[in-house]
Amino acid sequence: MTAVDETTGAKEFGQSRRRKEDARLITGRTKWTDNIVLPGMAHLAMVRSPVASGTIASIDVADAKTSPGVLGVWTGADLDAEQGDLPCAWAVTPDMKHPRRPAVAAGRVKFAGEIVAVIAARSAAEARDAADKVIVDYDDLPVVLDMNEAIKEGTPLVHEELGTNVNATWIFDSGEAGTGGNVDEAIAAAHADPDSLVIERTFRQQRLVPAFMEPRSTVVDPTGEQLTVWSATQVPHIARFLLAVVLGISESKVRFIAPDVGGGFGGKIHLSPEEVATVLIARKLGKPVKYTETRSESIQSAHHGRDQIQKITLSAKKDGTVTGLKVDLLADMGAYLGLVTPGVPILGAFMYNAIYKIPAYQFKCVNVFTNKVLTDAYRGAGRPEATYAIERMMDTLANELGVDPLALREKNWIKHEEFPFTSVCGLTYDSGNYEAATSRAVELFDYEGLRREQAERRARKDPIQLGIGISTFTEMCGLAPSRVLGSLNYGAGGWEYSAIRMLPTGKVEVLTGASAHGQGHETAFSQIVADQLGVPFEDVEILHGDTQITHKGLDTYGSRSLVVGGIAIVKAAEKVIEKAKPIAAHLLEANVADIEFDSGKFSVAGTDKGVTIQEVALATFAAHNYPEGIEPSIDADATFDPENFSYPHGTHLCATEIDTETGKVTIRKYVCVDDIGTVVNPLIAEGQVHGGLAQGIAQALWEEARHDESGTLTTATFVDYTLPTAADMPFFTTDMTETASTSNPLGVKGVGEAGTIASTPAVINAVVDALRPWGIDDIQMPTTAQRVWKAIQGKEFDASVGAKDTRDGSHEAAPGNGAPLWSGNESGGAQ
Amino acid sequence: MGTRRISVTVDGVAYSDDVEPRTLLVHYLRERLGKTGTVVGCDTSNCGACTVHLDGRSVKSCSVLAVQVDGSDVTTIEGLAQNGELHPVQQAFHENHGLQCGYCTPGMIMQSVDLLKDNPDPSDEEIREGLEGNLCRCTGYQNIVKSVKAAAKAGSVSAGVAGGAA
Repeated sequence: MTAVDETTGAKEFGQSRRRKEDARLITGRTKWTDNIVLPGMAHLAMVRSPVASGTIASIDVADAKTSPGVLGVWTGADLDAEQGDLPCAWAVTPDMKHPRRPAVAAGRVKFAGEIVAVIAARSAAEARDAADKVIVDYDDLPVVLDMNEAIKEGTPLVHEELGTNVNATWIFDSGEAGTGGNVDEAIAAAHADPDSLVIERTFRQQRLVPAFMEPRSTVVDPTGEQLTVWSATQVPHIARFLLAVVLGISESKVRFIAPDVGGGFGGKIHLSPEEVATVLIARKLGKPVKYTETRSESIQSAHHGRDQIQKITLSAKKDGTVTGLKVDLLADMGAYLGLVTPGVPILGAFMYNAIYKIPAYQFKCVNVFTNKVLTDAYRGAGRPEATYAIERMMDTLANELGVDPLALREKNWIKHEEFPFTSVCGLTYDSGNYEAATSRAVELFDYEGLRREQAERRARKDPIQLGIGISTFTEMCGLAPSRVLGSLNYGAGGWEYSAIRMLPTGKVEVLTGASAHGQGHETAFSQIVADQLGVPFEDVEILHGDTQITHKGLDTYGSRSLVVGGIAIVKAAEKVIEKAKPIAAHLLEANVADIEFDSGKFSVAGTDKGVTIQEVALATFAAHNYPEGIEPSIDADATFDPENFSYPHGTHLCATEIDTETGKVTIRKYVCVDDIGTVVNPLIAEGQVHGGLAQGIAQALWEEARHDESGTLTTATFVDYTLPTAADMPFFTTDMTETASTSNPLGVKGVGEAGTIASTPAVINAVVDALRPWGIDDIQMPTTAQRVWKAIQGKEFDASVGAKDTRDGSHEAAPGNGAPLWSGNESGGAQ
Repeated sequence: MGTRRISVTVDGVAYSDDVEPRTLLVHYLRERLGKTGTVVGCDTSNCGACTVHLDGRSVKSCSVLAVQVDGSDVTTIEGLAQNGELHPVQQAFHENHGLQCGYCTPGMIMQSVDLLKDNPDPSDEEIREGLEGNLCRCTGYQNIVKSVKAAAKAGSVSAGVAGGAA
């Protein structure tokens, strides 16, 4: 959008405004929860189980109780009668197994890191000293760590009372749903047809740690019946509701505040055991209490992400047309269910078909309990896993057929003119232009030039081999239409709330239920309001993250802030203008029907008479002169519930260099072109893409939460859990195409998760592409130097690999030499 | 537990305090002086969020004991702006969107200032290597590198202007 849109008067939309948030963040004036100090405040330390599965034989707290500064020590047994059961909001099936989840374990521990006792002391150091004096004897029980083992008969149970390690089995079948064909028939037909093929692969989505930079922290101030809770959370509204439910207290007595929050990525979507324990102890002591976790506590006890085994079966004709896709998942829940733990794989269920016209589809997921910390949402939540699987399969299919992987994708994807398109899952993709995004990415990447270099390096058996990886993706964003969530048996809706307060000085306060933790809401939302009301950007204040200020809200996750929260703001602004019109008409001595509003000014049609929105605000405040029969207020609020998801998409291209002597993988070039609809603030949107890419690339190359055979997490510090540094990250070339969403008035789609969803398969496809001369067609993430080096040891290098399939004798390999590269047009280039 | 008396200047103000010998500098800054601009992000000195300047050089304040700074001069993120004017590195992080959640930012800025002191005109690669001890989970580092580059440019320009004007 240009500087001023002549048709809408939009001045701010599309501008790279520098962020309002920065002023406090770059000067150290930020209000993190751990910065809060209240008079008389006590500090907590947690005693955590080092044992992954066992019973607590005894806890000796005598020394801890007499340790200097200690105000109290409580075990799980002491708190059990009042601590309730931490909730899961998503019963994915009616018969889902749901274990009780105590904040503090009583009698039985089920993962290493579980809290078994809580210490309160005058200082954090004294609390930590006392925690070290608690002596706990555990009787070890067998641990269940492997998902395949967990579901076998006779395996020990994580939760004896449930009688099984299976949490739920969830199935979607396009044949049964009436949204597509029967996948088993499609696969059987392909097996029987010499002009078709079936490929089956199993992928491992390793466990990841969200690793937000700010460790979680909670401060609770009990004042009489009321409780004020500050917490490093993504979901202050949801947490307040859940706290009231868990402890059986009145929601109206609880004020939940998310002050500045240092990142979340899904990792702060919960009511945590630590939050509940802090509330309980604060109530007991009758004074303010703070708990801040250490990093190693955070990695051990805050939820992890991913951890799935994906068995994928794909049938296709030898001309490249995909005819069926079957997904069998095992998903590790860990030991307990968090807010949406069992639903995370199901958020991916509708995305395996991705941007492709796949006629028959089935998704089956078995959720499994193990003796590990729970999993839950991590950036992308289900959709990165789905995108990874289908994009790895598309590359595998292209290799089987000896065709260019971009051309194969083009043959199967939904064409621009086919939107709106109803997918095999029954979702209606409102808009998209995969051709445009791909063409732009190919141009920026120099796809053909890199393919040529790759061929040259192969031919001379260069020690540095080049691989090219492709990932085209879409995602369902903007969680979510409430009715859809209801149909999936989710425990809440997906609307968002906003209110606009017009102050007498003409300044504007905007309340939003979408609480930010790094996304720049204060800036982007100010831009939206400035355009809607025709007020200066600087005059808009965005208020969020406090349930007493914004009483309603469903918070921030699932790329929903702009596409749901932003639209709620637009709706509230429209109401402000409608409420102001009769007052403006009154002031102008005109008929309401003749009042027009444009760029902050109410005017009488066909005259030069006008009054600004600020003047109307002041007149309304004074209330000396306003029409009979209306209230003297132009404040308004709105609750917006979307009709549909939004569907951002994009094409990501990655070139990796592999040092065949050391196994080291280096990203040579990364290009992504995302289509996130219209863009409010390109600077912020690009930043979201960068961060998403980094997390997706990190899954491909570096990160993995690993346990030893006793269930101890061996990657519980930043020494062992290897977050990438600036020196590890490549330079990204990013660009956007713009296909407006038709599902909302701004045309926006959401951007928070896009980079993470698309980048992992782009990188791994590039790594595998580089390794194909050794006959390698898959490698497990993360592709560390050791893993790559091991993979090529003892294998023959065949520079002519493009010419034949070196792995699978069951399918006749198609000739690859001379297979056309990406055609760059809509006609397809595979044949 | 016994204490020891230290005298230290932090952000231009002289303090004299009794501290436990085991107290880390970061905890002294945050808990005793209320300098909460400096934050803790890990417990293994990997993340660099707590980076401050000790006698003009960057240190991770989680790796320094408060007793070690007796007689020293410490600058935190809160002492970087002078007379209400942002430091060029702070300004550059703002202009180039070098931060999102902002938790790593105090450390990242303090390390960048130190980096530019050593190398006023660093290449992208030198910036990336120079910031290797500071973790960021939001930005993918691209705009941080851009910010430091911009600050380097602004630094040389303003030095040139100052010299010329004199």
